[in-house]
Amino acid sequence: MINLEMTQKMMDVKNGMNNMASSMLRPISRHYDEREHEYPKELDVFRSIKIMSRPKKKKEGEEAKPEKPGPKKLGTNLSTVLVIEELCWGDLGMVLSLPNAGLGNAAIVAVATDEQMERFGDKWASMAITEPGSGSDSGSITAKATLDGNEWVLNGEKIFVTCAERADVAVIWATVDKSAGKAGIKSFLVEKGRPGFKLEKLEHKLGIRASDTGTYVLDDCRIPKDNILGSAEVKQSTEGFKGAMKTFDNTRPLVASMSLGVTRAALDLTREKIEESGIKLDYEKNPNNMSAIEKEFYMMEANLEAMRLLTWRAAWMMDNGEANSLEASMCKAKSGRDGTLIAQRCCELLGPLGFSCENLAEKWMRDVKITDIFEGTGQIQHLIVARSVLGYSSKQLK
Amino acid sequence: MEDREFGFSLSEEQSSMKDTVAKLVKSMVMGNPAHDMDEERKLSREVIDKVWELGATVSMVPEEYGGYGMEYSPIMNSIFLEELAFGDMALAIAATLPSTFIYTILQMGTEEQKKKYLPLYCDPAYKACTVAVNEPRFGFDAVSLETKAVKNGSKYTINGKKCFVPMAKDSGHMLVAADADGKMDLFIVDGNNPGLKIGEREKNLGLYALESYPVVLENCEVPADDRVGGDNGCDYSRFLQKTRIALSAIGTGMSRASYEYARDYAKERVQFGEPIASRQSVAFMIAEMAYEVDAMRLMTWKAASALEAGRDAKRESYLAKLYAGEMTMKLTDYGVQILGGHGYIRENPVERYYRNGRGIAILEGMATV
Repeated sequence: MINLEMTQKMMDVKNGMNNMASSMLRPISRHYDEREHEYPKELDVFRSIKIMSRPKKKKEGEEAKPEKPGPKKLGTNLSTVLVIEELCWGDLGMVLSLPNAGLGNAAIVAVATDEQMERFGDKWASMAITEPGSGSDSGSITAKATLDGNEWVLNGEKIFVTCAERADVAVIWATVDKSAGKAGIKSFLVEKGRPGFKLEKLEHKLGIRASDTGTYVLDDCRIPKDNILGSAEVKQSTEGFKGAMKTFDNTRPLVASMSLGVTRAALDLTREKIEESGIKLDYEKNPNNMSAIEKEFYMMEANLEAMRLLTWRAAWMMDNGEANSLEASMCKAKSGRDGTLIAQRCCELLGPLGFSCENLAEKWMRDVKITDIFEGTGQIQHLIVARSVLGYSSKQLK
Repeated sequence: MEDREFGFSLSEEQSSMKDTVAKLVKSMVMGNPAHDMDEERKLSREVIDKVWELGATVSMVPEEYGGYGMEYSPIMNSIFLEELAFGDMALAIAATLPSTFIYTILQMGTEEQKKKYLPLYCDPAYKACTVAVNEPRFGFDAVSLETKAVKNGSKYTINGKKCFVPMAKDSGHMLVAADADGKMDLFIVDGNNPGLKIGEREKNLGLYALESYPVVLENCEVPADDRVGGDNGCDYSRFLQKTRIALSAIGTGMSRASYEYARDYAKERVQFGEPIASRQSVAFMIAEMAYEVDAMRLMTWKAASALEAGRDAKRESYLAKLYAGEMTMKLTDYGVQILGGHGYIRENPVERYYRNGRGIAILEGMATV
C-alpha cells in the first residue's frame, strides 16, 4: 500500500530529534567549527546511548531477526534516516563525531563474533579504508596483513579516517594476499596504543571541522590472530568484498539523509529571511508571476522533497528486506549533488548574510559538500545507477 | 485518526490496475498508434472508449449517482494517469477529461448538482465534458482569473476568454473557472449555452492529437444553482490541488517514456565501435533520468497521500507540479539529445515527448485525481 503521509511515530521521532539538535548542537555549532580538532565534550552525553547495537540473539544458532515494520512499529533504517536528518540540521560534523557510532562500529555490529562483540562492542571504532593511492577504487588497497604465528602483522598507511583521534579502536582494511585481488581484502581490529600503530596527522578541512579526520601509519603493528573481522580464508570468489560493499546499501541512505539535514537548515534560514523581507510564500501563485528568489526557493524546496523521498524509499526497502542497491545509490547521487548546489544557492540568495560567518549558511555550504564525496562520490553513484538500469557490468561501463 | 502504515509498495489492487492499463497502452497506444494519432491530429475514439470502459473514474462514484461505490483514491488515480501518459499525454487528458468534471461535482457540488449532473456522465459509454481554466494572456494565473462572474438575481453573467479547452466542441457541459466577486470559483455551463462561443480548433506546440478550442464567454448567463457548491462556491484551492497532482502524474508518465526510449536506444546505437550507453557522458544522463522519474512519481504520490488522508495538499501539490514541470522539460530534452539527429525527426517519439512535455509547467486544470 502506498502511503507517504508521515505516521505519528515518525513525527514523534522527528520532533524529538529536532529538539535535541536545536538545544544541544546548534548552540555549539560555530564554536567547534572554529576549533578544529577539539573534541566537542558536550557529545559525551551520547556515549550512553547505544546507537550502533545488534538485536539480541534468541537461541544458539538462531538468526536475530528485526521485527517487521508496520503502522505501530517504525523500521530501523527509516527511523535512522529521520534521526540523522534532524541531527544534521543541527550539525553534521558533530553527528559524524558521536561517540561509539562510527562506521567501524557499524562494521563490528554487522560481522563481529560474540567474543569480539564482548571485547569491542563498547568501544568507539573508526573505519580505515582509504589510502593515498586508493580512493573510490577500494579494491586496490595495498596495506598488508601477514600472519606470523598467533599474530597478524600489519603494514601500510590509511588516510581520511573519520574520528581517527577520538576512536578507541580502528577497523583497518588490509590485504592478506595481493595476488587474490578483492578476495584477499580483510578487515582487522586494531586497538589504540599497539606498538607500530600511529596517528600520523590530523587534516584541516573545508567543512565538518567538528569531526576529526586523520592518517594512520602501521609499521609492523602486531595484533592477536582473532582480531580479524570475519573469516581469514581467501576464497576464490569476491563474495566477501561484495559483502563489505553491500554495507554501503545501508549507509548510503544515511549519507543522503545527512545532506537532507544540512540542506534543510540552509533553506530554513533562507525562508526566514525571505519572509522577513515581506514576501509571503503561499504555494499558490503561478511561478511566473513572482520574483526570481521566490521561484527559486520553491524549486529548491521541491528538490529537497525529491531528495528526501528517494532517501526514505531506499531506507524503507531495506527495512522490508528488499534489495535496494540501486535505490541507495539513486538517493545518494541526487542528495549529495543537489544538496551541495542548494546550499551554495542559499548563500547567494542570502547575499552578504550568506558570505558572513555571522550566520551558519556559509558553514552549511562547506559542510554539505562532503555528502557528495564520502561513501562513494556522486560520480561513483551515477556509475552504479547507470550500470544497474542499463544492465551493464563494470567492464561494459567503465 | 488511526495511523495508516507508511510505505512505498503498490497494493494488490493498485498493481493489478496498473498492469491492466499498461497492457492496454502497450497494445493500443505505444509506437505507431501514438505517432499516427499525433500526425493525424486525431485521437482514436476506440482507445478512449477502451480506457473509459476500465471504469477507473466511475468506480469511485457512489451508486446513487451512477457509479460503483468504491473508495475514492487519489493515489490510484495518479497511477492510472501515469500509465496512460506513458503511452500518450493527449490520450491521458482526453480519456480522463470527464473525471475532472465528475470528481469536482461529486466532492464539491451541492446535492442537487450531484443528482442532476453525475448520472449524465457516469455512464458506461464515454461522454465528453470539459474544463475551462486557462486564459490566453501574458501573466495568466489560475488563482487570479480575468474571467468574471457577476450575480444578477437568480443568475450569474460570465464574461471572459478561455483557451486550451479540450474537446469543447463535443462536450455536453463544461466547468468554467471564473472570479466571482473576488473569489475564484467554478460554474457549470451547458455546452449549448448561447453565451458560449467556441472558436476554431487551436494549433499548439504539442498535444497535436488533442482537440482543444478557445472559448469566449460573452454575457453568458448561468442559473445561480450552477455555481459549484451553491451560493458560497466551492473549495477552489482543492480543485487546483487535485489538478496539479494529476499533471505531475502525467509528467511522470511522459518522462518515463522518454527515459525508457532513450535508454534502450543508447544500448542499440553503436558509434566508435561501442554502444553509446557505454560512455559515461551518455550513461550519466540515463542515470539521472532514472532517478528523476522516480522522484517525480514519489512527489506525486506524496501529495496524493495527503489528499487520501483527508488532509490539505496545497504545499505538496504545488511543489510536485513545479518539480514535474521543470523535470519533464529536462528529461524530454535529454531524450531528444541522446538520440541526437534522430531525436529531431518526427519518426521517433522523443520528438513528440519534447513538444508535449512543455505543457506540464504551463497548463492548469486539464486533468484531476
